[in-house]
Amino acid sequence: MAMSASASLSKAVKQQYMELPQGDKVQAMYIWIDGTGEGLRCKTRTLDCEPKSIEDLPEWNFDGSSTYQSEGSNSDMYLIPAAMFRDPFRKDPNKLVLCEVLKYNRKPAETNLRLTCKKVMDMVADQHPWFGMEQEYTILGTDGHPFGWPSNGFPGPQGPYYCGVGADKAYGRDIVEAHYRACLYAGVQICGTNAEVMPAQWEFQVGPCEGIDMGDHLWIARFILHRVCEDFGVVASFDPKPIPGNWNGAGCHTNFSTKEMREDGGLKAIEDSIEKLAKRHSYHIRAYDPKGGLDNARRLTGRHETSNINEFSAGVANRGASIRIPRNVGQEKKGYFEDRRPSANCDPYGVTEALIRTCLLSEEGEEPVDY
Amino acid sequence: MATSASSKLNKAVKQQYMSLPQGGKVQAMYIWIDGSGEGLRCKTRTLDSEPKTIEELPEWNFDGSSTYQSEGSNSDMYLIPAAMFRDPFRKDPNKLVLCEVLKYNRKPAETNLRLTCKTIMSMVENNHPWFGMEQEYTLLGTDGHPFGWPSNGFPGPQGPYYCGVGADKAYGRDIVEAHYRACLYAGVQICGTNAEVMPAQWEFQVGPCEGINMGDHLWVARFILHRVCEDFGVVVSFDPKPIPGNWNGAGCHTNFSTKEMREDGGLKVIEEAIERLSKRHRYHIRAYDPKGGLDNARRLTGRHETSSIDEFSAGVANRGASIRIPRSVGQDKKGYFEDRRPSANCDPYAVTEALVRTCLLKEEGAEPTDYSK
Repeated sequence: MAMSASASLSKAVKQQYMELPQGDKVQAMYIWIDGTGEGLRCKTRTLDCEPKSIEDLPEWNFDGSSTYQSEGSNSDMYLIPAAMFRDPFRKDPNKLVLCEVLKYNRKPAETNLRLTCKKVMDMVADQHPWFGMEQEYTILGTDGHPFGWPSNGFPGPQGPYYCGVGADKAYGRDIVEAHYRACLYAGVQICGTNAEVMPAQWEFQVGPCEGIDMGDHLWIARFILHRVCEDFGVVASFDPKPIPGNWNGAGCHTNFSTKEMREDGGLKAIEDSIEKLAKRHSYHIRAYDPKGGLDNARRLTGRHETSNINEFSAGVANRGASIRIPRNVGQEKKGYFEDRRPSANCDPYGVTEALIRTCLLSEEGEEPVDY
Repeated sequence: MATSASSKLNKAVKQQYMSLPQGGKVQAMYIWIDGSGEGLRCKTRTLDSEPKTIEELPEWNFDGSSTYQSEGSNSDMYLIPAAMFRDPFRKDPNKLVLCEVLKYNRKPAETNLRLTCKTIMSMVENNHPWFGMEQEYTLLGTDGHPFGWPSNGFPGPQGPYYCGVGADKAYGRDIVEAHYRACLYAGVQICGTNAEVMPAQWEFQVGPCEGINMGDHLWVARFILHRVCEDFGVVVSFDPKPIPGNWNGAGCHTNFSTKEMREDGGLKVIEEAIERLSKRHRYHIRAYDPKGGLDNARRLTGRHETSSIDEFSAGVANRGASIRIPRSVGQDKKGYFEDRRPSANCDPYAVTEALVRTCLLKEEGAEPTDYSK
């Protein structure tokens, strides 16, 4: 099984060092999204005391020419702390700090989608938009082959693996368990987990989160997953179609509601939103993966519980549609709906912003409105 | 030896994560029986506080088209919490929650045999029906071959393995020990364990359980066994005849008694019950494995301490009979009896329901009575 060299390092030795007291000093790991819009980077600085709020954390900078974000001749980019969490790897009082990236001229970096998302969220704060995102992912060995799969072949066909138990059904549960606990410790709003249809594929859900929190919590949950997999010597992939053919892809189904939708009679507001979404399908497809739809084109085939990328559809309890209204929502006439189009490697800031723009700000057409 | 890739993941690393405090949050793992009637599925949700009783656990739902239970176009199915146990894998305050499955229209799913069983059990509460089920199973490597067997062959013939000790007799005891402790922690009514006649085959017993509890405790004990084997990187099989030929099959002998049978003179009631069972053999055979008798047909041959599937028989201390009356019961003239017909992969709800219908509700004929009319 292809696990990393690092995984063979003695964890007992490491544990001895990690138990050393650190005096009053605090380690803050700054995390940011790189130029790909999918990759995460991190570096750490020592602080003299424990920060109590995000405002206590200083701005920082990094070399953007090494992260696909700037030219070498003018490479400094700024890190602006945005959200702070407990560090489940170094533990209290150390912190994980999710940051926004600004270019040398203080304008947002190309892949800093948080800035605009926050503005849009502020515009609709009184509607209390809630999100829940279902993050699917695949565990790979360092050879790029799915974890637990025979090295020169394939497991038995899909069927027994979804929510499965047993060594022949569930591949890599240790990672899932460790990730769940780490997220709970960190303060990430992780609300569930399950084994997925393809063996070595898993899902966790984050939410309900209001406004900008959705993107913050999901990005940190992804960072924690990468770090946990690194500790075990395997790799987490958010590729939307890691194995071609009769194997499920990986999405990030996004559940959405406003205060109005959650109240009695909210089904009407849900249906109005779906009507608006139906008219803006290609704008959303462009927002739902980091390559403007090219990644999702490999996943949204109309098979394997996906809708076809070229068509918009909606239905109650229909997992083959673009938008699914859960059955109990159809019955209670209020609640939320599920947009099944986002890719596993989507930017949650991009996704949540698009939903607000279309459904709440009633935008139309191919381009977002510049407010 | 074919153990899974997952079992090679570093458990010390995992342990560091599992030691992290989780604040006030609680993980509840919902467990259900899938469309096969034998397979178990599970998924977890976070709760904001520790549930003290089953009533505090919310309903949930899942995608039945991925578990052989519904079509993709109308796939939502409901999970209704039925029994709660402590979680021996994530430990306190986390929970395992056994659930019933309802279809989209709130009717029971095809393999939700608990609903009817509970109705039947509540009709005979005053009889205090007790059950004890002896769950046999076989450990396999991920290659499907029994654990510890030579990879391209067979161990020596049966004889030395039953209740054996020693590396040449007992294959996989670690799993058995871990499972026993995990069940005790969880609150499952596990009452014993032993190595079985075929090497890599084991048995644990759950009971005495009254009424619906038998099915609940046995299903959770099976789930715990699957999870323990997953951690060790091996597979547990409840197939009733995993290796054809001169190797034992795996059953789920079911011990049964009522208050009347347990009291002085109860032997008469036992004999009456056996009389009724003898007239309804085919109905019980259909209820005793998930394929209406087809699975058991490979096991109940009349050899290897089984009765023949085509014939009903009963006798004191007779392990070749369908029903065995333990010798001590024959002597004390009270106690219980053992139905040896159920397959290892039976649904305990169906087995216990059938016994109550025939012996206590005195049903006859090939079909169960519908009491809702």
